[in-house]
Amino acid sequence: MGSKVGQHSISFSRPPVITVGTTIVGPIEGKGPLAQTFDWILEDLLFGEKSWEKAERKMLQESAKLALKKRNLQEQDVDFFLAGDLLNQTVSSNYAARCLGIPFWGLFGACATFVEAMLLGSMIIDGGFASKVLLAASSHHNTAERQFRFPTEQGNQRPMTSQWTVTGSGALLLEDNGEGPRITLGTVGKVVDLGISDVNNMGAAMAPAAASTLISHFQDTGTGPNSYDLILTGDLGKVGREVLKELLKKRGYLVEDNLNDCGLLIYDLEKQDMHAGGSGCGCCAVVFSGLLLSQLREKQFHKVLLVATGALMSPAIVQQGETIPGIAHAVVIESG
Amino acid sequence: MNQQQKRQREMQEEYRELIQEIKPKPPVLRNCILAFTVGGLICLVGQIFLHLYSTQGLGVKEARAATAATMIFLGALLTGLGIYDVIGKYGGAGSIVPITGFANSIVAPAMEFKREGFIFGVGARIFTTAGPVLVYGFLISVLIGIIYYLVH
Repeated sequence: MGSKVGQHSISFSRPPVITVGTTIVGPIEGKGPLAQTFDWILEDLLFGEKSWEKAERKMLQESAKLALKKRNLQEQDVDFFLAGDLLNQTVSSNYAARCLGIPFWGLFGACATFVEAMLLGSMIIDGGFASKVLLAASSHHNTAERQFRFPTEQGNQRPMTSQWTVTGSGALLLEDNGEGPRITLGTVGKVVDLGISDVNNMGAAMAPAAASTLISHFQDTGTGPNSYDLILTGDLGKVGREVLKELLKKRGYLVEDNLNDCGLLIYDLEKQDMHAGGSGCGCCAVVFSGLLLSQLREKQFHKVLLVATGALMSPAIVQQGETIPGIAHAVVIESG
Repeated sequence: MNQQQKRQREMQEEYRELIQEIKPKPPVLRNCILAFTVGGLICLVGQIFLHLYSTQGLGVKEARAATAATMIFLGALLTGLGIYDVIGKYGGAGSIVPITGFANSIVAPAMEFKREGFIFGVGARIFTTAGPVLVYGFLISVLIGIIYYLVH
């Protein structure tokens, strides 16, 4: 059985294998540089449904079903389903779970949800409670906009720090044995808040959490930035990444070439006019389940530290004068 | 506790300074020129309609009302066609301040919340953006009316 390492980390004695990864994305993501890595690119944001919320739910559901299909499994072959999204009461996940009928854990960690699911799924498998765990996370640009910001047709000018919520859903199947990349370690993040209240600068709100989790991870495991081929953050974007570098530098960790961000990979920032980059649960989910998983399988990378960051933002609470807390969870994936 | 709060505040202050340093600056000059041009063009269209209506026999007052109605219609139409948000992206304040922007701020939520039905969706949320403008606009006009009454 796995054990706790240091103050915040967990090490798995029988590291779970990622056997399958699936991705569904919206049309804008499908025009981006990662188009080749996605399983399914939607032609429009409604996905044949009557509302964006229903479209997001269907996206999450289909990405989960596709994962079962790729592995020739039925719903009853999977022990647990872990999923989360950004909408109130995590409706996309709940309704997708209603359709799948697999014992379900609904998760919310804002945009850190995907890694939260990876961590918990790995713990369930390593603890011997399951042999197959399906996990998924989704976000949809229009459902997020209308819940957190403005109606989509409103003529606003987005500031340079703003990020574009990714329309997409990624799903992974974790198993207790098989071939593929393995999740060997994880670090559970603390909620960190350095007083940012600008809802158009999520990168700045989340960067301190990423720095905190990374430093805890390095201290707990006796590693450093150079121990990894790639440190991939979830959706810090252009601003958040620079801030993270500065924060790490202040604590004596120099990170340069091996730091990248899913929010910067998914779009062509200049051509697609995406300002600071992509964001949302789906951002990290589709970049990891698509691009990264195949790079790990092809052994282009041997050891990757995936750090998903979430801004735990509620419009009502921010309007009441509160600042935006952030959280970041990390997992280590080895190509095996 | 006090010491700790003070330290926390210092850290937040320091962090805010760091963010100000790193944050990309908005292209102010470009935004100003675009706002001026887009806003100016909208006003030009309004002026053309005003001219048209007053040369077609409407009085000054009526021509103004007809122009405002036309511009509101155009703003609403462009919002419905999914064009006004693109104009807003480039125009900024230039497309928010004119009356077409006001139309946009009412039609956009009406479209957005139609899926929640006509009562709890459209009816309840149509003024989510324009509401504050209306409430404080009315309030100020009442206050000015009272002041006007007292002075005269």
